[in-house]
Amino acid sequence: MHRLEGANPSWFKIVKVGAVSSSAPMDKLSGKITAVGDVDVRDTIDALYRDESRRVLATLIRLLGDFDRAEEALAEAFRAALEQWPRDGVPENPRAWLVSTGRFKALDALRRQKRVEPLPDDMHERVAADDGDPASFDGEAVGDDRLRLIFTCCHPALAPEAQVALTLREICGLTTEEIARAFLLPAPTLAQRIVRAKAKIKSARIPYEVPGRADLPERLDAVLRVVYLVFNEGYSASSGAAVTRHDLSSEAIRLGRLLIELLPEPEADGLLALMLLHESRRAARSTPDGELILLDEQDRSLWNRDQIAEGSALVERALASRGFGAYTVQAAIAAVHANAPTADATDWARIVALYDVLLRAERSPVVELNRAVAVAMRDGPAAGLALIDAIMSGGDLSDYHLAHAARADLCRRLGRTTEARASYKRALALAQQGPERRFLERRLADLK
Amino acid sequence: MQYLCLIYQDEAAAAERPKAELDRLYAEYADFSANLKKSGRLVGLNRLQPTRTAATVRVRDGNIVATDGPYAETKEQLGGYYLIEARDLNEAIQTAAGCPSARFGSVEVRPIWQMQV
Repeated sequence: MHRLEGANPSWFKIVKVGAVSSSAPMDKLSGKITAVGDVDVRDTIDALYRDESRRVLATLIRLLGDFDRAEEALAEAFRAALEQWPRDGVPENPRAWLVSTGRFKALDALRRQKRVEPLPDDMHERVAADDGDPASFDGEAVGDDRLRLIFTCCHPALAPEAQVALTLREICGLTTEEIARAFLLPAPTLAQRIVRAKAKIKSARIPYEVPGRADLPERLDAVLRVVYLVFNEGYSASSGAAVTRHDLSSEAIRLGRLLIELLPEPEADGLLALMLLHESRRAARSTPDGELILLDEQDRSLWNRDQIAEGSALVERALASRGFGAYTVQAAIAAVHANAPTADATDWARIVALYDVLLRAERSPVVELNRAVAVAMRDGPAAGLALIDAIMSGGDLSDYHLAHAARADLCRRLGRTTEARASYKRALALAQQGPERRFLERRLADLK
Repeated sequence: MQYLCLIYQDEAAAAERPKAELDRLYAEYADFSANLKKSGRLVGLNRLQPTRTAATVRVRDGNIVATDGPYAETKEQLGGYYLIEARDLNEAIQTAAGCPSARFGSVEVRPIWQMQV
């Protein structure tokens, strides 16, 4: 999802790339490959920016101890690559080169600054400890750097919306403008959120570290929450900006993949599975003009089979472990739907059983409502309606439009038209999104 | 780096706590403080008298205006503080989590802005 047009670093346009040799011999002495042409070097650098710049940034933040300093160093490193690689060839390990160059430039700037004004406290050590040891910017520590970055961006001491903004900016590399567009916010608001979050990391001294075993489950929950929030922001949107917001779902899935690559935990598997299984239905869940199509009416041939296969395998893996939680169970439910050849062939008994497990993990009226709908499918609408009425008598869901919509649907199926009409009207009064409202209006009109 | 851990709890509920429970809580606080001191992370601590003893002072147009009670009416009230030394916010959070009141009240962890006086 990294797009250079979006991330568009201006130096890519300024720097003129000189002509280089048109052959590509391996220079054994220097361990460098001479590029075959300036276009190839540009392509190489473009690709590196797309694939590696976040990794380089994560390491530079550790080495320089500061987000802004690291971002400046990253820009300097790519600027240097554009100047030097067309002339000298692409280094054998470009990522390590970028890290070491970025760090050198940042430390050099600090040394010069030191002559004019005192250095920030933490930088004395860093300048002094500058041994140029390449081991500190390549190898195993680097994978950890990306985890450090994830856990720092999703630190619970940051406001949830700041965690989301920082994650998309620093880990996914989206620009402030892209994030603002996706969340339908003015760019300055978003920019300020990021500036404040970085300032808090610095002033409260939020450490750049992967939490220890004791804190890990809770801190991982926070990370997963951010990823799922990003996904839902992209998935539930059906407004005019749907295309941009779709990108958010892809970013979330990419984050989910990164997470299981770096930190194999069952709930991370579960969350990725859940996102993939939802995403697999994207093409089938609305008409071309944006009208909602419910699960049982969707054209299942439009479902993405690759995503279903990948999601289902992840669910299996997570369920086989002992440490799974609510994301995994929700994914398991989605997998039952995804693997049913037709709506009628859905294994509702299994779905009800999974909702029972989910309720044990996280008791919530919304989960109870979903379970009631599944019971209605397994045992008939009367059984489901009794459950829904019992839940709603508690008052928790009286303002939740989907509860009224579900009740209306069961009344309709039982031929209790007057009640169905009243519940559809109540749902309609509470629903916010255009497509949901139009769906309810159609249902209401069909009653007559 | 120093952090101020501000302990908030429901004063009214605290006042109704049975004596045996209070004794247990005091003992826990004594342990918590002693451990902090031993680890070298304790800079200072104090327990505050209840908010009914508080006065809030403002100066308006050169006049001192004092009113009774705390600055803001809240469900939980500031009851005391620990000033601690910690490597970073994570260590400060870990330390604050050991405060007995964290189980029923809450502890706000604030980094200190060191001032020269």
